[in-house]
Amino acid sequence: MTLLITIIAAVISTVIWYTSPKARELKVGILLYMFWGASLMWFVDAVVEYLEVGAEYFEPAAKDMLNDAFLGVSVVALALVVWVVYLLIKDPQNTVKKLLAEKRTGK
Amino acid sequence: MACFIVPATEAIITTVAQKVIKKKEAKNDSKSGENKLRFSEKLKWLNGMLWGGSGLLAFEHLWHGEITPFFPFLTAANDPADTAEMLHEMATSGSAMAILVTAVWAVVALAADKITTAQKNEKKKAGAEV
Repeated sequence: MTLLITIIAAVISTVIWYTSPKARELKVGILLYMFWGASLMWFVDAVVEYLEVGAEYFEPAAKDMLNDAFLGVSVVALALVVWVVYLLIKDPQNTVKKLLAEKRTGK
Repeated sequence: MACFIVPATEAIITTVAQKVIKKKEAKNDSKSGENKLRFSEKLKWLNGMLWGGSGLLAFEHLWHGEITPFFPFLTAANDPADTAEMLHEMATSGSAMAILVTAVWAVVALAADKITTAQKNEKKKAGAEV
């Protein structure tokens, strides 16, 4: 479930990055790195587990699935927080700098 | 258990390599191939996937209680039997993760080179026709 949620997040962020110049300016690329990197790594985990347990891998217990889904959503939230922090630090549109300058001059 | 340590270690190595290569490329700017992307630029993509992926995997390990904020940081390191299992997992799953990410990056980097070369050739052809 975590793998599925991360792959869906990777695909959505890739489509947004590809179609929107504004998104590229807002450093959405960092989400692509995180989601695709984690998806590939969790894919390996999934293959290893499948080799160990066989078809049982596709019949997880409801409790495990819920916990994995909760983890998947938390992973997406963490990646989004990392992206927002990176965006504010890089400040590609100078919004933070302008706001701070305005505060300083008292406008 | 600690499989993310292998791609994280690779990320440290490739990040250092990228910094060194970038400096060298800046020095040899005029000599470098014009119709291809810089290698340091492509290495940045690998760094991003390795750091991003191992960062999110580290969070997953924290979620499952396999990482602790105090020494020895890995719960499996407290017991010799668990340590052996952890090392085995690092050697198998961890290495496979690092290899898969690197292989995907290599395919993407080759595709990017092909695309930029094709664009350059198209521009040359268009210039020759005019």
